[in-house]
Amino acid sequence: MRPEWTNFVDGKWATEVNVRDFIQKNYHPYDGDESFLADATQNTKDLWAMVLDLQKKEREAGGVLDMDTKVVSTIVSHGPGYLDKSKETIVGFQTDKPFKRSLQPYGGIRMAEKACSDNGYEVDPEISEFFSTHRKTHNAGCFDAYNAEMRACRSSHIVTGLPDAYGRGRIIGDYRRVALYGIDRLIEDKLEQKDSTGRVMTDDVIRLREEISEQIIALKQMKEMAASYGCDIARPAANVKEAIQATYFGYLCAVKEQNGAAMSLGRTSTFLDIYAERDLANGTFTEEQIQEFVDHFIMKLRCIKFARTPEYNQIFAGDPVWVTESLAGVGVDGRHLVSKMSYRYLHTLTNLGPSPEPNLTVLWSTRLPENWKRYCAKMSIQTSSIQYENDDLMRHDHGDDYGIACCVSSMVIGKEMQFFGARANLAKCLLYALNGGVDEVTKKQVGPKYRPVVGDVLDFDDVMDKFIDMIEWQADVYVNTLNIIHYMHDKYCYERAEMALHDRDVKRYFATGVAGLSIVADSLSAIKYAKVEVIRDEDGIIVDFKTTGDFPKYGNDDDRVDSIAQDIVHKFMTAIRRHHTYRNGVPTTSILTITSNVTYGKATGNTPDGRKKGQPFAPGANPMHGRDTHGAIASLSSVAKLPFRDAQDGISNTFTIIPGALGKEDQVFAGDIEIDLNK
Amino acid sequence: MQGRIHSLESFGTVDGPGVRFVIFTQGCPMRCAYCHNPDTWETNAGTLMEPAYIIEQYERNISFYRGGGITVTGGEPLLQIDFLIDLFTLAKSKNIHTCVDTSGITYNPENPALLAKLDHLMTLTDLVMLDIKHIDPEKHRNLTAQPNTNILKFAEYLSERNVDTWIRHVVVPGLTDDDKYLYDLGYFIGGLSSLKALDVLPYHTMGESKYEKLGMEYRLKGVPAMDKNLLLEKKQVILDGIKARRQKMQKQP
Repeated sequence: MRPEWTNFVDGKWATEVNVRDFIQKNYHPYDGDESFLADATQNTKDLWAMVLDLQKKEREAGGVLDMDTKVVSTIVSHGPGYLDKSKETIVGFQTDKPFKRSLQPYGGIRMAEKACSDNGYEVDPEISEFFSTHRKTHNAGCFDAYNAEMRACRSSHIVTGLPDAYGRGRIIGDYRRVALYGIDRLIEDKLEQKDSTGRVMTDDVIRLREEISEQIIALKQMKEMAASYGCDIARPAANVKEAIQATYFGYLCAVKEQNGAAMSLGRTSTFLDIYAERDLANGTFTEEQIQEFVDHFIMKLRCIKFARTPEYNQIFAGDPVWVTESLAGVGVDGRHLVSKMSYRYLHTLTNLGPSPEPNLTVLWSTRLPENWKRYCAKMSIQTSSIQYENDDLMRHDHGDDYGIACCVSSMVIGKEMQFFGARANLAKCLLYALNGGVDEVTKKQVGPKYRPVVGDVLDFDDVMDKFIDMIEWQADVYVNTLNIIHYMHDKYCYERAEMALHDRDVKRYFATGVAGLSIVADSLSAIKYAKVEVIRDEDGIIVDFKTTGDFPKYGNDDDRVDSIAQDIVHKFMTAIRRHHTYRNGVPTTSILTITSNVTYGKATGNTPDGRKKGQPFAPGANPMHGRDTHGAIASLSSVAKLPFRDAQDGISNTFTIIPGALGKEDQVFAGDIEIDLNK
Repeated sequence: MQGRIHSLESFGTVDGPGVRFVIFTQGCPMRCAYCHNPDTWETNAGTLMEPAYIIEQYERNISFYRGGGITVTGGEPLLQIDFLIDLFTLAKSKNIHTCVDTSGITYNPENPALLAKLDHLMTLTDLVMLDIKHIDPEKHRNLTAQPNTNILKFAEYLSERNVDTWIRHVVVPGLTDDDKYLYDLGYFIGGLSSLKALDVLPYHTMGESKYEKLGMEYRLKGVPAMDKNLLLEKKQVILDGIKARRQKMQKQP
């Protein structure tokens, strides 16, 4: 064994790249409580004050403090940057100084130019010229291949938010590999992989060989970049500080090269805890020092920034990076995966204060230790900064070393990836079904000229029939558009740093998504259980509805309408599954428009459920606002009935509740009278 | 038999132990000044529901209610005691934890028929949450338009029958926050052997908008919400009363 691995339990991981095996052989499940945690050091407080100051200046400057307009960002494009070198234990920024946003034109030069100009900067004309004339971008590639129907669908927003002008993101490199194996070993592994490809040079083999070569270049540059900070990541990390630093460098390389819609971190905490436990046992570091490394690491993650346009920020409601880190969960052998490091990560919310980034996500299981559950609940109450996901559901498909990309997309770290596919607007699709493919807003014939609804009162069976046909059409144009997008992204904006930290043969999920599910469910319920009359405009297009009588609404645990929602998800997914997907991606769907529901609403006309033109959709799989009238559990139950099989990329439910409704404040709680009396 | 129900709440976290399915009954003879559910007062309103339907709603989501159960509140649940007996008989046959949240106003020791029903109901009830609005008879009448004589007798009845009891008390600034009465309240409930918890609730102003919607006059207009820290002090006064009573009882066996 290598000297850096002294005292680790040997296993397959020592002879092959296999981080999970290393974790399973070496990690320490922690059942205790949070009392061991250390406070922020003075250095941490000083550094964090500097970050807060920069954040303030950035806000005052209108949202962007500084942008690079000359240097195209690569792993090695920028020299080292610091907040205060003497105080930082974990180092590394995307450019040569904090809060300076990098220039990333490979996704699309116009988007890069606009991101600059909207913020008062101008891209160096030579770079604009280069990427317009000499080097095609992902965006240009997509538009070269789109057909007229795809363009029409795009501009009328029946498929929307497509990653054809920006980085698709949602790929998580196994950044832990950098720490565990060191870059040299990973390069060796990649050279072996390249040597192992088929000898018949089909398109697939040629592409794979070229991609592995790109990955090797990225690995070499990672080493070079780390060296510029005085760190040697050619060899494995020898202690927890080096392990955190190496893991962060791996991630940093990804965000230097990709401005993706969700650049997530993976599942690093319990892996890093193995080093921390060894260092604590050897007396290498104290708990206070280890917490300081973690605080500084998280602080860096909070400083990840991208150059984006106001339109982009509108789709995603802000400027999110989605540095999602997945914590806890339970292993397939029944041991939980909570470690002291899981606590240290959440403790940064105390030491640095609450923050939406990194997106700390607890993989929740009923079998997590009680102390951890209590700590999570306490931190949620204090900071509202923790996301929860159902580990018991996802473990079944992904085992115990998966992570979440963005908000809900699950993938096995280093073994699975996703082609992010934005979403199809189901509410609009329903309106197309009524109008025979004519867009209710633009009045253009966008969809196929199917027979529109005739008569004044909608008939459920007739509408359902037409809707299913329209879904088939929508799925067809949607999947084919995505096939082009991912082909071009691989070709012109390949994620070499992230893919360098994957196995050779990865499982690719071909992600699709839907928006407006609750509107469709309620609309169909209204058509079925109430009386819905249509109102046509002077062109004979249905633009409004008059609904008489009450109808069951999604969000009240009422099977009459919940079954409609289930059925629609299943029908949509079935339609998606019928199609050829790029690189044999495994098709999935998500119901998770957490932030873009407002934009989709703007582009969609009146719907039969009573929603007015322009009004926002409910986020994700949420019931429409105010229609769930039977309390939280009834509302959650409606959502929980949606079939995960048909929405494997995730179902999200945005749940807000005032603290008082969740129970009484701890101190006023009605407890045991004997305890009260003996206080 | 059917009950007159105002509404069902699937996620009750403040009406008894655990996460609970809460049944709001329709109809109440009390007219508490701070009532935040004035829409449950009217007796001849609400929706008629079968106990079986209600228990079915509970069972649909039973996994949420581990450690919880059902709570019937209102309105005044004991106005519909026959319905309650049916509901709780069914609930207990399925091992569901049962709780009644009541003002105790319907209690009448002179009515043997009612007592027989109540005796029956208590064999099916795991917990009673009794809300004592005010310990002083006159002030109670001012606050609720009803006397408190039988309410206090009901508390003693629960104690005699060993029914687990939580006493609830809402502290309203200027109305129910006088230390003298709080101490007296504590002294009274200190004598209840079945007392399991004291639930002191801070007055809040969220009910006010309901009155506006219903076109009703809100008697506590301008009364501020109860301060949380002060509430803890007020709770301590009640606890002091309980302690004093218990010490006295220990001295006189």
